[in-house]
Amino acid sequence: MPLLEIEALTKVYRSPEGSDEVVLDVPSFTLEEGAEVALAGTSGSGKTTFLNVIAGLASPTTGRVLFEGTDVTQYSESVRDQWRARNLGYVFQTFHLLEGYTALENVLLGMMFGPGADRRRAKELLERLGLEGRTGHRPSQLSVGQQQRVALARALAGRPRLVLADEPTGNLDPRFALEALGMLRELCREQGAALLCVSHDPRVLDALDARLEFADVNVARSHAGGDA
Amino acid sequence: MRSILLIVRRSLRTHALSTALTVLSAGLASGLVMSVFNVSQQTTNAFTGGEIGYDAVLGAKGSPLQLVLNTVFHLESSPGNIPWAMYQEWRDKPGVRYAIPYAVGDNYYGHRVVGTTEDIFDQFEYQKDRPFEFARGRKFDEGYREAVIGASVARKRGLALNDKFQVFHGLDYSPVLSQLHPEVYSVVGVLEPTNTPADEVIWIPIEGIFRMSGHLLADGTEATELGGGEIPDEQKEVSSVMIKFTSPAVGMGRYANTITAINRGDAATIAYPIAQVMLGFLSKMGWITKVLVYIAYLVVGVASFGLLASIYNTMNERRREFAVLRALGARRSTVFTAIVCEAATIAFLGALLGYALYAIVMFVTAYFVREETGVHLDTLAYHPSLVWAPVAMVALGALAGIVPARKAYATDVARTLS
Repeated sequence: MPLLEIEALTKVYRSPEGSDEVVLDVPSFTLEEGAEVALAGTSGSGKTTFLNVIAGLASPTTGRVLFEGTDVTQYSESVRDQWRARNLGYVFQTFHLLEGYTALENVLLGMMFGPGADRRRAKELLERLGLEGRTGHRPSQLSVGQQQRVALARALAGRPRLVLADEPTGNLDPRFALEALGMLRELCREQGAALLCVSHDPRVLDALDARLEFADVNVARSHAGGDA
Repeated sequence: MRSILLIVRRSLRTHALSTALTVLSAGLASGLVMSVFNVSQQTTNAFTGGEIGYDAVLGAKGSPLQLVLNTVFHLESSPGNIPWAMYQEWRDKPGVRYAIPYAVGDNYYGHRVVGTTEDIFDQFEYQKDRPFEFARGRKFDEGYREAVIGASVARKRGLALNDKFQVFHGLDYSPVLSQLHPEVYSVVGVLEPTNTPADEVIWIPIEGIFRMSGHLLADGTEATELGGGEIPDEQKEVSSVMIKFTSPAVGMGRYANTITAINRGDAATIAYPIAQVMLGFLSKMGWITKVLVYIAYLVVGVASFGLLASIYNTMNERRREFAVLRALGARRSTVFTAIVCEAATIAFLGALLGYALYAIVMFVTAYFVREETGVHLDTLAYHPSLVWAPVAMVALGALAGIVPARKAYATDVARTLS
């Protein structure tokens, strides 16, 4: 059984003018356990919406999102939140670290709502990513590369089964982009987590085991104006 | 729960200034409510004299309130004098445990000089079962110019045993207007503190008041004109008489008609029961307390809205935080609870600060009341507002947190993070 199966998924937004815009139309998509898949797509092609629907942060208009055979779109919101906390890691393009929290606390937040906060593991992850002297720093006190590593640690901290990465290197200097991607892949492999990464960076797309064109996955003819 | 505590802690730290200001306003509100209720309660307790050791005060025709203030609290001017015979009559009545005469008219740097009899040290109880006790020395000898001083007089004026002093004419001391009597008195006793206005008093033999230069007897002459001879009783007058009945039934029953008749007549006034007189006065002034209570409630309302506004104003900047937390798996209810807890925590910290403010207000109030009147407020006394005011503040704080919490609850995660 695949880890993730998507069936007849659509997402339709109603424009202010009253017309419907089909942002997503994914007839079928599967992701095996522990797999690495890169989805290549241009800006505004609906990649982020696709990840949000998988993560349960946005509801599909129609279709099913099966995780280990169970349709998570049928979950109540609070069950879906719990499912997300226990099974998913999310790496955002702009990291979305919380400024009021230290690096260590940001990582702990990645566990708190799922398996529970494990301070030792959070520290080990940060040390592993070369941030041993930075655990008490706030995000604004870290370099962009360090912030990205904190974001990776947070996404992997709860030992997720699936990691969703949205342009994970988009904000990084080219020198650090591949390094960060390497860390992400390494951690996913170690934990047996599948990695679904959307990007338009060829270096990222080429680095992962499998590459799919998002336009082949999403056959929607009408696109929203942005990466909503 | 750990996640909620972390979110609350970090938010309070991140918005430290607005948190501090909101805590301060909640503290002021909570402290004000507790202070108003407690000062009011303590003042009522202190002035209604639930513990006063005697039952009635007999004095010149006038206001019973003035009589009580003058005799019990050593405040206000004396309404006048009554004949010595009236004191004797009450002293000798059956059912009267004791009757102590007071003659006032002089002061020592603002401390009232009261002429009385030795009975005040032998029979009198300033509070129930509490007679005066001597810290040092002995009671005065009625045949000499001797004085017994209250504990506060000794402390404030630095008077000690065998010290000599002269008193000023009038009840209030004024460096310009006061006239110094030539008679020199000697301190022979210092009383233990009673925590009552009696601590501010200097007690001398009542004959001393009669024989003080410039004091007129009933016929308008000065006692000094009599030489050392005995003053006839009909020439003597007293300011008031403190009366203790052998039981409450005596005042309420046996002498009820007598007391009514005296109060209807023109010769004298009898304030009985003392607590009732003060309670009547304080209840007339009760509107002041009511106004203060309403002001305190208003401050609580303003503080609650301030708390609401303070958190609400951070909601826009924190929208991303809530969206990230939701993306990490936090439930809507977790975010909602965190905001409500944050508001309640601010209110709780305010309530703690309120205790400190309350303590300061009570301490300062008690100090001034004691200095001005000699009445001691019990700053450590319990009042239910010490419990319900902080609890209500926390509850209101949590309630005020609901509005911003609803906003946080409704955060659109996907839209906010995109």
